[in-house]
Amino acid sequence: MNLRHSWVIALKDIKIFIRKRTVLYTLVLLPLLLSVIFPVVIEYGGRSSGGITGPEIPGLLHSFEWFFVIIPAIIPAPMASYSIVGEKLEKSLERLLATPTTDGEILLGKSIATFIPAIIATYAGATIFMALIDSVTYGKLGYYYYPNWDMGIILLLAPLALLLSIELNIITSSRVSDVRSASQLGSLMFLPFIGIYLASELGVITLDSSTLLILAGVIAILDVVMFRVSTSIFQREQILTKWK
Amino acid sequence: MIETKNLSRRFGDLTAVDSVSFTVGDGEVFGFLGPNGAGKTTTVRMLCCLISKTSGEARIGDYDIGRSEDALKIRRLIGLIPENVGLYEGLTAYDNLDFYGKLYDRTESQRKESITSLLKMLELWEKKDVPVATFSKGMKQKLAIALALVHDPQILFMDEPTANLDPEAAKTVRDFILDLKKQKKTIFLNTHNLDEAQRICDRIAILNTTLRAIGTPEELERSVRGRVTVIQLEQSNAAVLDAVKKLGLGDASAEGNKLTISLADPEKDNATILDAVFRAGGRIQSVNVVGSTLEDAYLKLVREKEKV
Repeated sequence: MNLRHSWVIALKDIKIFIRKRTVLYTLVLLPLLLSVIFPVVIEYGGRSSGGITGPEIPGLLHSFEWFFVIIPAIIPAPMASYSIVGEKLEKSLERLLATPTTDGEILLGKSIATFIPAIIATYAGATIFMALIDSVTYGKLGYYYYPNWDMGIILLLAPLALLLSIELNIITSSRVSDVRSASQLGSLMFLPFIGIYLASELGVITLDSSTLLILAGVIAILDVVMFRVSTSIFQREQILTKWK
Repeated sequence: MIETKNLSRRFGDLTAVDSVSFTVGDGEVFGFLGPNGAGKTTTVRMLCCLISKTSGEARIGDYDIGRSEDALKIRRLIGLIPENVGLYEGLTAYDNLDFYGKLYDRTESQRKESITSLLKMLELWEKKDVPVATFSKGMKQKLAIALALVHDPQILFMDEPTANLDPEAAKTVRDFILDLKKQKKTIFLNTHNLDEAQRICDRIAILNTTLRAIGTPEELERSVRGRVTVIQLEQSNAAVLDAVKKLGLGDASAEGNKLTISLADPEKDNATILDAVFRAGGRIQSVNVVGSTLEDAYLKLVREKEKV
């Protein structure tokens, strides 16, 4: 595999995404919004009953942190689903496939193009979240809650969840023939992560450090498997001859 | 340089290309004529290793399109101008060319040189930093040709390069193809524009799922029927028609003062015919040799059921 080819394809896609403002806004909006909303909840939540107390804060923050795994599973949908369908819509796919690039190089390039802006947006959101939380909780806790190990593991899980979501979106994108269907199906990729969140809230599982590390391992394995699946089901012949 | 032998492609029950054999030499401009759905694009896609063949063989240079390990080498050797221009509308002309140059592993200086030269040659240099979305159809088509040439391929596959262009833009594209011909590029031209094929191509193949005929434009014209000598007489004269018929050189008929004789080789036979007309008392006003056209050949051949 020629990684340079993948990088060239990724840079080209990022250039196109930058010009598509709506795609970019979708990417940035959710992490930024949540990074502000959660500190606001901590600061102003339960004011009528005396506000959130110091001992309640760690449990609450622990729930919020998981959203930084859910966010990267949600936000790549518009970009990743556009990746193959978009090439087909611009009628540029035939020419791209006629170049000396392999299916793996093309798909890796598409993944990188979505990964870089999405992870930047997620980490930027997480950084703002941690800074704001520390500023609003220091008075009640008497120490800076962040950074800590749990959030470190969450920030390790985020790119793995992002990769999984991108691969699943690209698989969807290469199997359907219009951006809307691809995007709608792609936006469902966060459901397993919502499921984990609900399971933890209901006490079915505990999202402690060891569980998070196990999850990170499982998702990392799924990432590799899904990349292999995406390259094996990428049927250039079917895309060229059956898509209209 | 390009060689196919019984190349076929089926999609389920539909046979798109059936046992097609031809060769295209180095530096040749080879026209592939046929109606919509004749299998022209499918043939190009097989030759460019975009889709697989069902049976038969094909080679591009030293490489076999059926060997997966040869596919990347073939794609490096060729340039493709697909039916749809396939440009990234949000990128500039320069960025589009630079992107493809990088995928063909051209160095920065090679890319700069070839992009500058192509954009200047195609009169797009002034628009190099403008997003392609603002380009006219003709400009987009010219840029599409440039994209296929950015890595300086020896073989070019062009799928309907002048379709949907206005006459002026079509002429610019044709002139550019003629320039490429002078540079000894091997060009495989898919078209259903007969006039274009006749003007540009060294040889033409007529396809309608099967290969119906192959030859130079002149050979194809003559393959349908010979040419016709039309003699305008001062007065109609049955003796003249009889005299010509007796020569047995070709089918002769008369309509008013006009005598028409179908001939395989008018340049050779006209002197004998005119002598016979003169001896039979005919007074000649004018003589014209009318050939069958490529269109005649094309229409007859695409309607034929049997293959070559």
